[in-house]
Amino acid sequence: MTAGQGQTGRSLPRPNARRLLQGKGRFVADKVLPRMLHAAFVRSPYAHASILGIDLTTARAAPGVVAAWDGAAIAAHVTPFVGVLTHMTGMKSPPQPALAVGTSHWQGEPVAMVVARTRALAEDAAALVEVDYDPLPPVCDVEAALAPDAPLIHPALGTNLCWERRIDAGDVDAAFTLAAHVVERQFVFGRHTGVTLEPRVCIYDYDASEERLTLHYSGQVPHMMQAVLARHLGLPEAQVRVIAEDVGGSFGIKIHTYGDEIATAVAARLLQRPVQFLADRYESFLSDIHARDHRVTARAAMGPDGRLTAVEIDDITGIGPYSVYPRSSAIEGNQVLNLTGAPYVIPAWRGRLRVVFQTKVPTCQYRGVGHPIAMTVMEGLMDDLAAASGRDPADLRAINLIPDDAYPVTSPQGVLFTDLSHQACLTRLKDLMDYDGLRAEQAALRKRGIHRGIGLCSMVEITNPSPMFYGVGGAPIAAQDGATVRLDASGSIQIGSSVTEQGQGTETVLAQIAADVMGVDPARIGVTTGDTATVPYGGGTWASRGAGIGGEAMRAAAEALKAQVLAVAGAVLQVDPSALNLAGGAVVDRAGQARITLQALAQMVYYRGNELPPGLAPELIATRHFRVEGMPFVFSNGAMASYVEVDAETGFIRLLGHWVVEDVGTILNPMLVDEQIRGGVVQGIGAALFEECLYSDDGQLLTVTLADYLVPMAGEMPDIAIAHVVTPTRTSALGAKGAGEAGTTGAPAAVMNAVNDALRPLGAKVSQMPMTPERILRALGTVP
Amino acid sequence: MKIAMTLNGETIEAEVEPRQSLVDFLRGLGLTGTHSGCEHGVCGACSVRVGGQVVRGCLMLAVQADGLTVDTVEGLSQSGEIADLQAAFHRLNALQCGFCTAGMLLTAQDILATNPVPSRADIREHLSGNYCRCTGYQAIVDAVAEVAVERSGG
Repeated sequence: MTAGQGQTGRSLPRPNARRLLQGKGRFVADKVLPRMLHAAFVRSPYAHASILGIDLTTARAAPGVVAAWDGAAIAAHVTPFVGVLTHMTGMKSPPQPALAVGTSHWQGEPVAMVVARTRALAEDAAALVEVDYDPLPPVCDVEAALAPDAPLIHPALGTNLCWERRIDAGDVDAAFTLAAHVVERQFVFGRHTGVTLEPRVCIYDYDASEERLTLHYSGQVPHMMQAVLARHLGLPEAQVRVIAEDVGGSFGIKIHTYGDEIATAVAARLLQRPVQFLADRYESFLSDIHARDHRVTARAAMGPDGRLTAVEIDDITGIGPYSVYPRSSAIEGNQVLNLTGAPYVIPAWRGRLRVVFQTKVPTCQYRGVGHPIAMTVMEGLMDDLAAASGRDPADLRAINLIPDDAYPVTSPQGVLFTDLSHQACLTRLKDLMDYDGLRAEQAALRKRGIHRGIGLCSMVEITNPSPMFYGVGGAPIAAQDGATVRLDASGSIQIGSSVTEQGQGTETVLAQIAADVMGVDPARIGVTTGDTATVPYGGGTWASRGAGIGGEAMRAAAEALKAQVLAVAGAVLQVDPSALNLAGGAVVDRAGQARITLQALAQMVYYRGNELPPGLAPELIATRHFRVEGMPFVFSNGAMASYVEVDAETGFIRLLGHWVVEDVGTILNPMLVDEQIRGGVVQGIGAALFEECLYSDDGQLLTVTLADYLVPMAGEMPDIAIAHVVTPTRTSALGAKGAGEAGTTGAPAAVMNAVNDALRPLGAKVSQMPMTPERILRALGTVP
Repeated sequence: MKIAMTLNGETIEAEVEPRQSLVDFLRGLGLTGTHSGCEHGVCGACSVRVGGQVVRGCLMLAVQADGLTVDTVEGLSQSGEIADLQAAFHRLNALQCGFCTAGMLLTAQDILATNPVPSRADIREHLSGNYCRCTGYQAIVDAVAEVAVERSGG
């Protein structure tokens, strides 16, 4: 690596946060384009219904209305999408129209749209659209959906099963027969959703004179959206521009293809005017993807020495009526299969996954994607085994965690791990939280009738994925990212990247990396992200890859620009470039003396090229791309603990403390890494304790406002202590792994184990999330 | 209906529909620093100050602000009233996406006006009507606590 200038590794505050603090954000809903119209959607009130007719006459005549279309009219201008990845053999999902045509498959599915001068007028007119529905039987429960006589959601598929996968490795049956201890448990994970504070929003602007479509985008993946729009609207990709400026939270929610947004694109194209769609909160709950909704039956076997001998799981998950395009909705269950037990040495492993269609909101990738389920299941089994064998939960983990010197390791599921540090993280965690002291405090308080619990979680997180995630399955999703670094005549540096910013601090970290290589103050670096017209082609932000992949591309691009600068300097100064370096905004010699400033050098190249030797290219710009090679994924790992108090009278849970030790490899900006972890932990706590998309038996969503759907607020959250173990990944020179989903991955398991640790002396156990007071009281037998 | 108000120190007059919320009215004037999050009075993203009190811009109609003084994050930024809070939020990264931030700043300014030396629990309680999906709240609490110390001469 280059001689560092000390910018990476430093807790540099984010320069781009200043304007957000002044109320000067540039969110999509803040933009007003000339002649812009607003869309509102008519959504199915039934979970499942035939659409016999749609009458738009009255709506079209309403004040301010410019146009109204039903699903069939929109479908004439956009091809349907199919959310299937070809490498997931046997996966099925039918073509999905932008708006429902003929049949609606979930309550909230858009069936018609109205475009008017204002959103209020569009909503007024949408209420005048008359839809004649004939209700069909809802298919809500996943087990019932697979029954032989179940109504088929998509008769053409002949089944409600989207995908099934089995893994069988080692002699599982023998391990269970011979085990000293066997534990078994059924876990239920409710549906929840991302609840980005800024709802989904888009503005589509179609310029007929140039046949050019521009999307003002609130999301994470501009190039994917460019490809999706071009494919399905029949436009050349070069005629589609996607611009993402400020994004008010995304977390995976805004990474998918939504029919209402695609219909907005169609409307803009047909009307040749900009059209905005801004979901209100009610629509968000009914149309943003949901996540989780898994039932997992799991068992584990252990020998007399405390070592795991086998694990078996059976996961059934409901994904709504369509696999979501283009990432597919089978990934979450696949992660549960791939990652349950990942931190441990497990000789024999068996699992089955069934991904099932149902008439609820579609589910897809949301922060953590399957990880919280895999960790909760395995960590729950570990605590059950500890209780069954009378061992301390931390000791039992230490016996079974993969030794830190054992890598590379391939799991029974076939997943390759390397550069991990489970043992070191657990040791550091016990120290950070004063594990022994807390156990003593817990025991003392139990004698006074105070029920406190300590919960642990050892975990892995998939980060920095290779093309093996999506690209291999035919999705237009890049696993590589690119970076451009440019030295301008003023001596300032301009950088651009295909990874995107939603507040994580991506732009800041990229500037730190470039600053180190170029030897300049990060304040002299301008950053561009999020615009397909100006940044290199790449995957964007997902799967905790921005810093690891985008950062490595930035490092390589900056190194290439540095080589150009030193070549020019060497020629001008008559010095071997290898004797020169960059520091303090200048080219310096071995003694560290400045020989020529970057500004002077750049001005010579750009203004007075005649002073340069013949043949030296007048360019001070470099672009490099990076993808992970040799491994499908780069894993990070960590250990977490939660300390809670359960009120056995009310079922209320108080969070007293939360500790995280995380190994994200090289840490580029400690403050930003820790804030990713903290925010993720609190989302995980939301899943564990509060958040649930509750449905009635006939498929009506009961939680459609923030008054019904509980999210974590400041009053209930604990302070979160964080420490690090640093094992750089060998897949990049930078050595950075991802950090974005670690908190959400581990927190639910830690909290559930803590709650059950508190309940254990009372003979109660809870295995369903969220762990509401009612469910605690039911576990205690207080309520039936 | 015709209304008049003192908005960020300037007297304005406007014609509004009776059904228009205060937050939509303000955003329509280009004051887009105030956001609409849940339209149900829960999330606090639309917080503005009316007559010195922090209120939910989604639960108040624009016509109800007739004759009153209204302050938004733009006004408080320009006057410098919350400059120390903004600096502390920046230093400690007490925001990520920035969508909740205007509401957080106004609510933080409110607690420091009424309780100059709040405990962390006080701060958490006072901010408990403002939803932030990104930070997990701790950095926000840290920032408000730091400014409390600074302002009280600590």
